[in-house]
Amino acid sequence: MSTTVWLIPFFPLLGTLLNALFGRWIGRHAHWIAVPSNGLSFLASCAVFLSVGRGETFTGDLFPWIQAGAFKTAVTALVDPLSAVMLLVVTGVGFLIHVYSVGYMHGDPGYARFFTYLNLFVFSMVMLVLAGNFLVLYVFWEAVGLCSYLLIGFWYQRKAAADAGKKAFIVNRVGDFGFGLGVMYLWVALGTLDYSEVFAKVGTLSPETATVIALLLFAGACGKSAQLPLHTWLPDAMEGPTPVSALIHAATMVTAGIYLVARSHVLFERSGVALDVVAWVGGLTALFAATIGLAQTDIKRVLAYSTISQLGYMFAGVGVGAYAAAIFHLVTHAFFKALLFLGAGSVIHGLGGEQDLRKMGGLAPRMVTTTVTFFVGAAGLAGLPPLAGFFSKDEILASAYHAGRPWLWALLLLGAFLTAVYISRAFILAFRGAPRMSQEVARHIHESPRVMTAPLGILALLTAVAGVAIGIPSAHGTAFARFLSPVFPLAEEAGHAGLSALTLLVLSVIAAVAGVLLAWLIYDSRPVNAEAIGRPRNWLHALLLRKYYVDELYDFLFVRPLVRVAGFCARAFDLGFVDGIVNGVGRLVVGWAGAMRLVQTGYVMNYALATLLGAVVIVAFFLSR
Amino acid sequence: MTGPLLSAVTFLPALGALLLALFPRGRAALVRWFAFLVAAAAFAVSLLLYVGFDAARADYQFEERLSWMPSFGISYHLGIDGISLLLVLLTTFLSPLALLSSWRAVEDRVKEFSMSMLLLETGILGVFVSLDLFLFYIFWEAMLIPMYLIIGVWGGPARIYAAIKFILYTLTGSVLMLVGILALYFQHGAATGTYTFDLPILARYVAPGGSQVWLFLAFALAFAIKVPMFPFHTWLPDAHVEAPTAGSVILAGVLLKMGTYGFLRFCLPLFPQASLTFVPWIFLLSLVGIVYGAWVSMVQPDLKKLVAYSSVSHLGFVVLGLFTLTPQGIVGGIIQMVNHGLSTGALFLLVGILYERRHTRLIAEFGGLWKAIPAFSVLFMIISLSSLGLPGLNGFVGEFLILVGAFAWASGLPAAGPLAYLVPVLATSGVIFAAVYLLWMYQRVCFGEITNEANRGLPDLTGREWAVLVPVLIFIVWIGVYPRPFTGMTEASVQALIAQVQAKAGIH
Repeated sequence: MSTTVWLIPFFPLLGTLLNALFGRWIGRHAHWIAVPSNGLSFLASCAVFLSVGRGETFTGDLFPWIQAGAFKTAVTALVDPLSAVMLLVVTGVGFLIHVYSVGYMHGDPGYARFFTYLNLFVFSMVMLVLAGNFLVLYVFWEAVGLCSYLLIGFWYQRKAAADAGKKAFIVNRVGDFGFGLGVMYLWVALGTLDYSEVFAKVGTLSPETATVIALLLFAGACGKSAQLPLHTWLPDAMEGPTPVSALIHAATMVTAGIYLVARSHVLFERSGVALDVVAWVGGLTALFAATIGLAQTDIKRVLAYSTISQLGYMFAGVGVGAYAAAIFHLVTHAFFKALLFLGAGSVIHGLGGEQDLRKMGGLAPRMVTTTVTFFVGAAGLAGLPPLAGFFSKDEILASAYHAGRPWLWALLLLGAFLTAVYISRAFILAFRGAPRMSQEVARHIHESPRVMTAPLGILALLTAVAGVAIGIPSAHGTAFARFLSPVFPLAEEAGHAGLSALTLLVLSVIAAVAGVLLAWLIYDSRPVNAEAIGRPRNWLHALLLRKYYVDELYDFLFVRPLVRVAGFCARAFDLGFVDGIVNGVGRLVVGWAGAMRLVQTGYVMNYALATLLGAVVIVAFFLSR
Repeated sequence: MTGPLLSAVTFLPALGALLLALFPRGRAALVRWFAFLVAAAAFAVSLLLYVGFDAARADYQFEERLSWMPSFGISYHLGIDGISLLLVLLTTFLSPLALLSSWRAVEDRVKEFSMSMLLLETGILGVFVSLDLFLFYIFWEAMLIPMYLIIGVWGGPARIYAAIKFILYTLTGSVLMLVGILALYFQHGAATGTYTFDLPILARYVAPGGSQVWLFLAFALAFAIKVPMFPFHTWLPDAHVEAPTAGSVILAGVLLKMGTYGFLRFCLPLFPQASLTFVPWIFLLSLVGIVYGAWVSMVQPDLKKLVAYSSVSHLGFVVLGLFTLTPQGIVGGIIQMVNHGLSTGALFLLVGILYERRHTRLIAEFGGLWKAIPAFSVLFMIISLSSLGLPGLNGFVGEFLILVGAFAWASGLPAAGPLAYLVPVLATSGVIFAAVYLLWMYQRVCFGEITNEANRGLPDLTGREWAVLVPVLIFIVWIGVYPRPFTGMTEASVQALIAQVQAKAGIH
């Protein structure tokens, strides 16, 4: 298996290098390198997945990396069921999005550059998942962040895009500040960063130490997975091309935080407190972002807040110890959210770049495939049975309830209701009702080419069947949970007090259906007034439209003070004070020297002699004491 | 390896400078080629040092010792260990590139300029290879003269002010160090009966507590000015802004490392107790330097000033690492000296490339350069990322090791409690600010629409500019991906140094 494992990152890396070095000449043929390299990587992942299914695992060092004294790390890979699942998602969804991009990015002047970045991302993400120690994880954690930065700012000539890329990088750095400290603390506390050794030794940590380390790591997870309070970068990241939003900012990179917590669950369990924090941050973010999603007018921003919210569900799942359920939701979310983003991209493509829901409407007859597939994705997100999202989300809700967290469960249930509302609203505003775009745009509406609709079809199929295929709960957990059981041992099915599993299930379905109905009542039962949608109707609506003013708050609390302090340091303090003293001393000496001009002979030798003599005199003085 | 290899490396550039003096006037192209080839030859010879170096040994290698002024205990004593090897290589690596970069920037008195650059190289190499304090001091001072000329003759509009400030400021520090050297010489002589400037011998001597503090301060001030540590840094932005590109590359790339090298080579082994006493103060100044340097960088309107202040921040990391007295911190510090030389040197090269085209360095004059000069912009991005410590590139390796060292230092001080952890925490925060000032700078220069028509027709990198930048780029990636050949060279010497300091300071 070892060769196959290393082939998974090798192909996308090769693709990156080829397009980076020769992209100038390859130009519009760049996909002939990028798509097959990702496809080969997917095939290798499949092979590895099958080996893992037979019970094999793999650990191996590629070469020694940073070492000094007792600090020894290598570039290490680890393949177990968890990484095998992640590999399939990353390379599989990645492949579909590569194919889609061939159509979506057609004719862009930066075509080769786009595929270079995209391959680099797949390489980095695969390495992140393969990493066998915390340092390699950290490295590729930053590397995917770099790809995110580059791809958000892909259309660098737009200031908003360049700003958004920078914001994403810096907000993530704030989280990684914690992550980095956590990694260092881990090494200082345990003397190793290798997963297997760390998890074996976690028992020797005091719970307090484990809490500090776990929360530091979680800070990084909050940044990457856009959880409160570090969520602000993800909506802005929608400035990037839509395939990027689908791949990086929905399906794969942003789930790295969930992967990190699930991977180090032994550490979080040792702490206990840290798991509670994870659960509540996830739960609150899930609800918080869902409310914002209700009011957004940009189709991609609705989906972005939805992603933040859904990642919150995954964290809530991880936080209550339902690791397999959280990872399952990660997988199904990768399917339906990538589908929704690509569908939105297809709409944007068909409308010549329009992203505003207020200027859409009535697209269903003109874009049939997109409409049908988007509908499947929306239903999956809303949690309608028997789609994949229904199974995975319900499992998280049930786990929260059975873990003795009825309040968290209630929060998530409310969030599920709101999810159904906002995604139905988005669907209705885009595809149903009367067209609201200009005549000019309306004339040019067209269904996207096959290279774009084929990935939509495959993702819709996955969204439709994944739940039924591997997500049906049984007395021994889902088939998915059984596959992951070497990493996350199956919990004993104890008799639960309170509401039964079936009752919970019914309540979830009711919440979802009620949400759909509410959206239908407001937006579809009578013609919508496009003007009114984006205008604040009352203070609550204004609050949601302005995303709770979090960006404004951060600007006031951090950005402006930093610029002011820096300006003060640079001008008043550095030039005025520090350098003022230096130049002041200089002037003093010059003034004094004016009086001493007689001593000035102008011969360098004399000065040198004086220097030496002076030094000798001082030394003699010290010695004679 | 036999033969005076170190002398050959050190004096080859000076010999080249002497030969250059014989060149006829007005043969600029010939002079440029000759100077470049001499520097390249010195690099080639210095590679023999790397090849012949035994990384398993902690002691000095390639030693040369000639009696010079025996009555004063002065000898011509050269040698390198794992600490100086990389700095020697960095110097010989950057010098030919700096010369090559100046081919279009310096049109005036090319011969004198090339001579100054070569003499400067010899002076710096001498500092790194000297094992005799007297010899060290001569190189330390001698190197000031060519640097003074490079700033003062080939510099910008305020070059005289900058050059004088540079030389007076550094001289102030070095005179105190001279006092320190002489005091140590007499004290050691009085105590042991041997009057000598020989470093390995002096390093075995433990100066009494009180005078050790004064000696430490005399040396440390000279080094702190050279590094420069906050608040002794204000000569640096002026010197950088006025210096020609090649001068800035050498100044930032290697000259500043004489300060950090000095701490490591002299302060720690000669005055271990005093060094340990002053650790809190050194850390304080380093942390202020890291954060303050980054803040001040952030709002600089001039690209060169921005990069200059970023050096204050980066070298704050280095000094912090060295004084953690942990293998991670010191190895990280040494690697970070090399990294800073590569990244910041390359940043100055890139700024110089812009300056040659536009004759301005104001960020506001640029914008949208990616559209106009994509190849330049790609390299500029990679090097900015290296400077902000992106994993996979060189900066991360050094920074991370330094921070691990700081963390290990804090955990070794249970008495100090959680307060000690403020050191790694505050230092790590510098990593955030580095991202802020570098990415913001990059965005304003390369992203957006072309707002200034003057930037529209700029020519992209020339073949010569590629030749200057690609070698740096190779090392930036190499150290980031596979740092073993570099860290491995230093480890034995670093471990020995730590053991020596701990033994002399009486801690175990």
